[in-house]
Parts: sequence; C-alpha cells; structure tokens
Amino acid sequence: MSTVREVAVAQFVGIVGASNVVDDPAEVAAYAIDGKTPAAVVRPGSSEEVVAAVKLAASEKLAIIPTGARTKLAMGLPPAQYDLALDMSRLDKVLAYDPGDLTLGVEPGMPLSKLAAILAEHGQFLPLAAPYAERSTVGGTIASGVDGPLRQLYGTARDFVLGIEFVTGEGIPAKGGGRVVKNVAGYDLHKLMIGAMGTLGVITRINFRTFPLPASSLAFVVSFETAERALDLRRRVAQSPLRPMALEILSPGAAELFSSDAAKRIANGTIPANLFPASHWAFTADFAGDERVLERCERELRERAGESGTASFAVLDDAQRIGVFDRKREFIPMALDSSPGTVIMKVSLLPSQMQYFCAQAAKIANANALPWAAMARGLGIIYVALLPERRDEDWRNRIVLAAEQISAATVNLGGNASIPWCPSEWNSSLKNRTLRREDFAQMKKLKGVFDPQGILAPGRLLGGL
Amino acid sequence: MESRLIHGLKKLLGAYSVLYKPEDLLLYEYDGSVLVARPDCVVFPRTTAHVIGIVELANRFQTPLVGRGAGTGLSGGALARQGGIITVFSRMNRILAIDIENQRATVQPGVVNSDLSAAVAHEGLHFAPDPSSQKASTIGGNVAENAGGPHTLAYGVTTNHIVAMEVVLPTGELVQFGGAALDQIGYDLTGLFVGSEGTLGLMTEITVKLTRLPEAVKTLLAIFDSLDDATETVAEITARGITPAACELLDGWTLRIVEDYVHAGFPLDSGAVLLIDVDGLREAAESQAEQVADVCQVHHAREVRVARDSAERDLLWKGRKNAFGAIGRISPTYYVQDGVIPRTKLPATLRRIDEIGKRNGFRIGNIFHAGDGNLHPILLFDERDREQFRRAIATSDEIIELCIEMGGSITGEHGIGMEKDRLMPLLFTDAELDLMRRVRDAFNPAGILNPGKIIPVRKGCGEIRQRPLSEAGAQPL
Repeated sequence: MSTVREVAVAQFVGIVGASNVVDDPAEVAAYAIDGKTPAAVVRPGSSEEVVAAVKLAASEKLAIIPTGARTKLAMGLPPAQYDLALDMSRLDKVLAYDPGDLTLGVEPGMPLSKLAAILAEHGQFLPLAAPYAERSTVGGTIASGVDGPLRQLYGTARDFVLGIEFVTGEGIPAKGGGRVVKNVAGYDLHKLMIGAMGTLGVITRINFRTFPLPASSLAFVVSFETAERALDLRRRVAQSPLRPMALEILSPGAAELFSSDAAKRIANGTIPANLFPASHWAFTADFAGDERVLERCERELRERAGESGTASFAVLDDAQRIGVFDRKREFIPMALDSSPGTVIMKVSLLPSQMQYFCAQAAKIANANALPWAAMARGLGIIYVALLPERRDEDWRNRIVLAAEQISAATVNLGGNASIPWCPSEWNSSLKNRTLRREDFAQMKKLKGVFDPQGILAPGRLLGGL
Repeated sequence: MESRLIHGLKKLLGAYSVLYKPEDLLLYEYDGSVLVARPDCVVFPRTTAHVIGIVELANRFQTPLVGRGAGTGLSGGALARQGGIITVFSRMNRILAIDIENQRATVQPGVVNSDLSAAVAHEGLHFAPDPSSQKASTIGGNVAENAGGPHTLAYGVTTNHIVAMEVVLPTGELVQFGGAALDQIGYDLTGLFVGSEGTLGLMTEITVKLTRLPEAVKTLLAIFDSLDDATETVAEITARGITPAACELLDGWTLRIVEDYVHAGFPLDSGAVLLIDVDGLREAAESQAEQVADVCQVHHAREVRVARDSAERDLLWKGRKNAFGAIGRISPTYYVQDGVIPRTKLPATLRRIDEIGKRNGFRIGNIFHAGDGNLHPILLFDERDREQFRRAIATSDEIIELCIEMGGSITGEHGIGMEKDRLMPLLFTDAELDLMRRVRDAFNPAGILNPGKIIPVRKGCGEIRQRPLSEAGAQPL
C-alpha cells in the first residue's frame, strides 16, 4: 500500500503538469467532504488526462472523487475513502453547439451561468434551473441529480440529456446515448450517470437537447390559510388544460425563508413585504407563452384559485417573478444558510398524497418544536428543511426523531425519503440510516461492472455504492 | 420435438399454451423486419409465476429465451436468433391499475399501446408514445425497444413515460425497479432497462405516466413542389424554436403510393408534403399554426391546408400511419432504414440519399419523422433475387454510414436487434461494446436471454459466431 504523497503525486504531475497537482494542505482543505480531506487535488485538462489519471489511481487503488465548483460536497453520504479530488473545472469548453438542431455537447466543468449566456445569444437555454446557479458546473449538476422548478414542464436531466461520455473506474473511456435528439443504439448507460454522484464514472462530456427561451412569462403567488387548499389548487391546475412551467407550494416557513436576509444574499429579484401573508401556504406558478396565452392562464388560474378558497392572489411584476423563481431554485442553499444545523430531506410521493403528507410533516415539526420549511413541487417532490436554532445535542435529538417520523410517514404512503444534507457530525445519526432499496443488489452489480475496485467516490451514494 | 423441455413447459402452462410443431412455429419465425429465425417452441404465459417458471426451465435446459409482444418490431428483437423458447405476452394483457389523479397506469406487458389510451380517453388522458404500429404493438414491446412515433417530437419517446417495472431476471429472480413516485433513490435501473431489447430481463408489469390530452390540436398539410423546400422548412421550424407536436415528411414518390391507397388528399403532382400537428391551449395552437404556416410560405410552399375538423385530421394521419401498408401493395418486400441526423443536415442528407439510390440502382422513398431528424428511407426489392437483396442491404448500410458521417445514429426508434449488431462498431469502440457486454452479463450471466442481439459477438470467445446479415441470419421474406 502506497500513500498518495509518496508515490502518486510525482506520477500525477507527469500526467497533468506540476501546476495542476495541488497538495498544499490549505488549498486541499477546500475539497474536504464530511471531514475527510484528500491528500491531493488533480486538475486534468483533457479527457485523455482524465483517462490517464483514473488509470493511475486504479493501479494505486486510490479513491477519487470528481468535483466541479464544489457547491454540493455536503450532499450525499460521507466517502468511505477519499485520496484524491479530481477537479474537473479545467474541462470547461463547449465542444459542439448546433443551435439550428437545438443540440449541444459540453465539458463537465463548464459553469451553468456561462453556458446560459452562450445559449441565450441564440435565444436558447437548458431548463435545468439547478441550485447554486451562479457557481455550479454542468457536470456537478448532472452527477448530483439535483432538480429545479422547470421540471414541471421540461422534465429532468433524464429527459433532455442525449448522451454522456465518461471514464470508468478502470480508466476506460466510454459513452452512452448519442448526440442527436433520437437514438436507441445500445444500452442507455448515460441514464445511469445522472445522479450517480460520480460512483460509476467520471463524466467528460454531456450532450443536451437545448430549448428555445420562452418569449414571455408570467408568475403568480396565490396564498391560502391551509396546505390542503393550496394543494387543492395544484390538483385543479393538473386537471385543467393549463401547462405551467413551474409549480411549487410553499409552507409558511418557506415563505418566511423567501423573505429572509439569507434569501437576499443568495437570490436575485425582489420580494415585497406583503407578498406572502404570515402563516399562509403559498401556491406559486410560472407560465410561458404569448400575451393571449398568458391572459388565458391568469383568467383560468384566478377562477380555480377562487374555487380552492384563496386568501390572496398576486400577479408578479418582472422583478418579483425573478425574486420568487430564484428563491424556488435556490431553496437548498437558502435553507442551509439560514440555520446553523440545517437538515434537508427529499421526499418523493404521488402528487395526490402531498396534502396528507404536508399535514403530517407540520404535526411532526410542531410536536418536536422544530422550525421548518417545506417546498412541494407540483409533480410530487417535497423538500423538507428542518432548521434548528443551534447545532447541539438537544436539537439533534429532536431532529433525529422528526426525520425518522417523516421518513415513516413517507414510507407509509408508498413514497421514499432521503436526507441529502445534514451537518457532518450528525451523519451517523441521520444519513447513514437511509433505507436500502430492494433493488440495491442490482445496483451493486452495476457498480461492480463500472468500478470493480470501488475507487470512484466510494460510499457517496445509498448503501455505500 | 416432445423433449423434456416441452414436457416441462406443458406441465407449467398447459398443453394449449405451448407450440412446438413446425407448422405452428412458422408465424414466429418473423417479425416486422426482413429477418427470419426459427424458435424451437413458443409459449404463452398468463401470470408472473408462469414467466418465472419459464425462466427456470430455460436455465435448467440452457435454452435461449426471447420475449415477444405483437412481433411488430423492425430489427428482429423478438426473433429467436439462436433458437430456443419465444415467450409471447399476448395473454398477459390486463390493465392492472389506473390512477387518474396522479396520471399513472400499471399494465401487463401484453397490453396493446392504443388500448391503454382508449381506456383513459374519457378522462382526457392518453399514453403519449405513438409508434405507427400502436394499434397492434404492445407496451412491453414498446418499452423493450424504447419505441418512438410521430408525436414523440414534443412528448418524448417511451423511456420518458416509464416510471417503474416489475422484471423477471434471467436468473429467475423477481425485482421491482423505480416507483410510481418520481426520483427513486439510487441508479436509474428503469432507464437502463427501457430500450434494452429484452436482453436484461422479462417485464411482467410496467407503470407508465399518462399525459393530458391537449385542449386544441391543429393539423397542417404543407404542399411543396420540391423535396428541398420541404426539408429546408423543417430545418427552419426547428431553428426558430417552434416545437410542433409532430412534423412528418412524405416525399413525392411515397405520397403518390399512399394517396392511391388511402385517398388522404395529398396532391399527386407535389414534390413533398409536410404533415404537422401543433397543440396545447387553443390560443397557443393557433399562434403556433400561424408561425408554422409562415415558415412554410417563406420556403415556397405551394399551399398550406389546415384540417377543418377531426375527420379531416384523422384522414391526413391515416395517410401517414398506413403508409407502409400502402407500400406493401406495390412491393411485397421492402427495407425500411432508421437513421438519425441533426435537423440542420436534413436538406444535404436527403440529397445524398437520392444519389446513393441512383448509384446503386434503387428508387429510395422517404417518409419520416422530419422534426426529429429520424429518417426512414425505404428500399424496394424483389424477394426472389438474392443478389438484389444483398445490394439493398449494402445500399442501406451506405445510408447508415452517411448518418454517422453527419453526426447521427444508426437507429432512432427501431432498435439494434439482430439487424444492426454488426453496425454497432461504427458507433462504439471495442471497449464500449465490452462495457455493454459486461452490463448485460451482470444481469444475464448465462446469456440465455435474447442471445445474439444488440452487441456483436466477438470472434473466438467461445460464443457462437454469427453469420453476416446477408447470409442465413437474414433471409428475405
């Protein structure tokens, strides 16, 4: 067994050059995950260098974790082993963009914000609407599988990633999918890479379908005294001919978070003081289309809001629309920023179950005297943030209890819950209890195929994949 | 062949659910492709337990096992390339559950695609993937092949509509992938299994998304004097960011054959027509129809007709969906290719395909999903002329190489099956094919499930060496 310092650093220098291997402890500390710091950071400048670096790591049995802008290192399970960070930020080029075909091939280190500007020149965009939009990279967004408000209309990466090129744990360059909008040649290996947290391969290229930017859009905030009523409006909209781009229901705590100072630091736009009435649940939706379409959307939504028993109905101006949308997109960083010990659960349910779930979650939070905020997407994804005032044992105990109760409530409804974010020192009480799925054995088989030595981000995904 | 295997299958399923006499097997030598392969027996399970039992018997007797729905596939996916048992899911055709509010349905794999849409139409919902075979093809087959269709342009292909499945693995193990709720934890096994062409497992239940029917649909027929104008129109519709629900092209040769049969109203003297659907809110469909018509005019459309009512719309679509039937009237044997190219390359590619046809002495017709860049060049040939069949395949291969040169794919929706496994090295490296082989072997370790499909067989590796397509592996019908 060799240590990274003794053997590998010199060899990694041979691959990527001295200036792209960092072992200065102060710099390396910025790559720590859950208290584990790698021995070095390697910054490849090409997919060939990624191949060589992974091959070397494999031969030395060094565990590597690919990183982008490092915005989501706190997400997922703690690594079982972490020798090297593979910083992908130098692979940041657009490799192919055919605006007329609405297709794009891009390297993983490309920042989302820079890519958005390039696409906007052609009136196009990627509907990822992922958190940390100012800083995060395309690769990190895809590998972590985070979602965004626009999934209501556009789906998730699973629906518009056309192909992914990656390097396996044996250093083999491979790909799944293709570069055109329709393709069924071979297994869809690229689907496995989405949300795998880098445990199956190091992504070196992602091909996307791009979309035309909507000509104009209009957003609404509709407030209700109860979650039941807000979610009733969701049901009415789902059964109408309306097709919102984004649809989120905010708990009173989430509405408060949207107006907080933490939100102002993280998100753009404005939130007027009276937009979210105190202790109300807010239904928020964005629509795209021309003037006639938007007029119709407003009329239909108003009518249905009335039927659901709304307390107030706000049509947002542009600054307010951006303010609410940005906050929906940045819910996770806002929640993490607003408490010293934020714990965020992600819950998946059928949409009709959300009314019962939200009532249960409110009861559980209140019974444990926990400040909390929930954002429920129209399609059945709910983020529940538990916001302790302090990061001490008393708060931890109550949070552990509440998280268990919320998980149980979710499982009772046939859904699933995970805890992607919590303070490191609470990992053993919270994250490691993530339930294993029945099909875990099948996932393990795939891990064995793509990464037989278990050197790619070991342990970062469910059950230690 | 009343072997121990047949005996075991009869005991499991009942004598009436097992076919093994040569005359009974004839039908199952074929699917929708030009390929032929004879199974040793054909079985019809009625329950998941039956499927598990069949898998156990196949393992015990080390017999290849192939799943089959309606046999409408176009790449030989449901043929028993190496003989063995074909498992037909036609008796597992129940819709198990429909959840209107959450827009989900759970079905057995043998449910016919359009039957599911019909069952939920009164609630304003449908199953969006609409392959042209949808009145016959099964959802199990659609999932295995990741089927497309005209309206996948706006609604996505089959994989975008599948959330969960129950699968019998080739080891006999019964597993559940995904779930009715979105974003299941861990790797996207559902996404891997969709489109795996029956090589990883046999599905016994599938949970699908149901999609709300649009409030308004407008169908436009744009008539052009030249094919070039029609392809330029498609490229510009795409480039302007207009997303019709469907955008189909029929060239002059094809539309004349279709018109003669269906009488859809395609002008016989035109060079090409585009059949375009726009949908959504009434207001959105209207403005999109105006934008589409505008692009058509810019590119010299002779006329743009808007279907006045659903009867007229249905007639136009009947022309599209029955096109292959119409071609069957003039030539009993034809070969449909399934390449994909970037939409910006449509005009140039169609011109090159015409040249390739002329050089090889074939009149190539084109009827395809233009909005997706998914080409379906059609080659007619005489089934009795072996030399002509060989040349048809060679010409078709040349078209596929052109698609790859354009940055595209060798199949958009028909699958690889046993038709194109030999072409896979054009798109994938040896290492990539080996990775796919290892993924397959992880689930299908004994290789009993649908052997000889998707991944070309390596030389000298103990696996059975396959004959090239133009020899015995693929006889013309």
